[in-house]
Amino acid sequence: MTAASSLRCRECQREYPLTATHVCEFCFGPVEVAYDYDKIRRNVTRASIQAGPASLWRYHDFLPVDRDAAIDIGAGFTPLIRAKNLGKALGLNNLYIKNDTVNPTWSFKDRVVAVASSRARELGFQKLACASTGNLANSVSAHAAAAGMEAVVFIPHDLEVGKVLGSSIYGPTLVKVQGNYDAVNRLCAELAGSYPWAFVNVNVRPYYSEGSKTLGFEVAEQLGWRAPDHCVVPIASGSLYVKIRKGLDELAKVGLIDEPKTRMSGAQATGCSPVALAWEEGSMNFRPQRPNTIAKSLAIGNPADGYYSLVQLKETNGACGNVSDDEIVAGMKLLAETEGIFGETAGGVTVASVKQLAERGHIHPDELTVAFITGAGFKTVEAVAPHLKPALEIDATIESFEAAYNAARPVEVAV
Amino acid sequence: MAVRRVRFTFPEDLIKEPVIYLLGKQFQVITNVRMADVDEHTGWVVLELEGDGTEIDKGIAWAQSRGVRVDPVTGDVVEG
Repeated sequence: MTAASSLRCRECQREYPLTATHVCEFCFGPVEVAYDYDKIRRNVTRASIQAGPASLWRYHDFLPVDRDAAIDIGAGFTPLIRAKNLGKALGLNNLYIKNDTVNPTWSFKDRVVAVASSRARELGFQKLACASTGNLANSVSAHAAAAGMEAVVFIPHDLEVGKVLGSSIYGPTLVKVQGNYDAVNRLCAELAGSYPWAFVNVNVRPYYSEGSKTLGFEVAEQLGWRAPDHCVVPIASGSLYVKIRKGLDELAKVGLIDEPKTRMSGAQATGCSPVALAWEEGSMNFRPQRPNTIAKSLAIGNPADGYYSLVQLKETNGACGNVSDDEIVAGMKLLAETEGIFGETAGGVTVASVKQLAERGHIHPDELTVAFITGAGFKTVEAVAPHLKPALEIDATIESFEAAYNAARPVEVAV
Repeated sequence: MAVRRVRFTFPEDLIKEPVIYLLGKQFQVITNVRMADVDEHTGWVVLELEGDGTEIDKGIAWAQSRGVRVDPVTGDVVEG
C-alpha cells in the first residue's frame, strides 16, 4: 500500500481524497500529494531501496502508487557522472552531471509520466492525454502503449518531423492543432476540463509531478547517501526544480540522509525567462511571457510552479541563469565535447547557466554541484546542426583523404 | 451556464482601473475572486467567471483588449 494519505492545497492546506483533482476547490491553489512519513520510515531502509529494481520504482514507497500498479518501462536510475572535463572548463572542482538523456524515451518526462500513468490506471482511466511540443508527448505515447491504454496527444501543427515521429511510432491518436501557442494552450486547457481522460499534466498533475522527486532520491543515493551542496536545474513549469529539493527533504525526513543544505539554482533561456527575470528584479511575482527560444522544451511562458520556484530560489540561496540562444548552442557543444553527452537544448541551457553562475561567483568552485541534463540531443538537432563542423568529403583514395585531412586539422607548430 | 477559472495578469498602467468591476457590469458574467496579489507595479488575480459561454468569451476578449493577460488557472498546459 502506498503511504500517500491525501491531496493537500499548497496555499490553504485543505485536504482532498487521492482522486484526479489538481486545483483546490476553495482557493484554486495547486494541490500536492501528502504522505504518512512515519509509515515510510517504518518500511524503508537504504538496503531495501538498493535491493529494488534499477528504475525509479526502487523508490515506490515515496510515490503515490501501489508497487503492483506500476507501469515500468525502465524510467529512471540514470547515471550520475563526475564531470571532470566540463568542470575543468568551467573552473569547478566538484561538478557532476545527472544524465537523464538515457531514459526510455530519452528525457526526464518518463519519470513524471511513469507515475501519472500508473496512478491514472489505478483511478480507472483508460485514456492518457497531453498537450506537448515533444518530450511529454513521446513519453505519454510510450507509456500508454506499454500499459495497453489509449493515448490522445495534442501537438502544435508546425512541430518538427522528428518530434512527431517520436510519438507516432507508439501508435497514439495524434492531433495537430492549428493556431499560435496561446490558442493551442487555451484549447487544451478547455479540453482537459471537459473530457474524462487523464491529462497527465493537468487533472492528474499532483501525481505526475511526484515523479520528479526521484531525481533527488537518485542523486543522493548515487553520492553515497548525501545531498549535493548545489543543484542547477532547468526551469520550465518549475515543477522539476521544486520537486528535486522535495526529494532530498523527504529522504532526510525519514532518516536516510542528513538534513540537506542544498542550494537550488535554476536555468532559463532568455527567450522564455519569467522566473529568471523576477529573480533578477528581486520580485516574487513573475510576469508571463510569450516564448521565443530554441529551447522549446523549456518554453512555458506562464509556469504553473513559477511562484514556488521563486520561493525556493530565495529560501535556498540559489541563483537563476538566464542565457541566450547562442549560449545554449555553445553549452550543448561544450557538454558533448567535454563529457561525450549529447543533450538537447534544455541541456544547453543548464550547462550555459552553470557557466554563467560560476563566472558570476554564484557557484563556489569546491561546492559539490550537480547539473541536470534532462533530454537527449537527437530531439533538437535543428538547433545545433548549422553550428557543427562539416564532414570531410573525399574520393576513395589515400591521396584525397590525406589532402582533405591535412587541410582541415589545426596547424601543428614544431617546438 | 458555464464556469471558467482564469488568471488575470495586470500590467502597471491598469493597476488603478476597476477592470473586474467593469467586466461584471458590461457583460452578463459573475466574477468571483479566489486569490490575488497586487502591488503598485503589477498584479494577478485568480477568479472564477460564471455565465453563458459566449458572454464569458466576450468578457475575456474585452479584458484582453484592455491589456490584461488572461491564462488558464493551471498555468500553461502545453509542455515540452
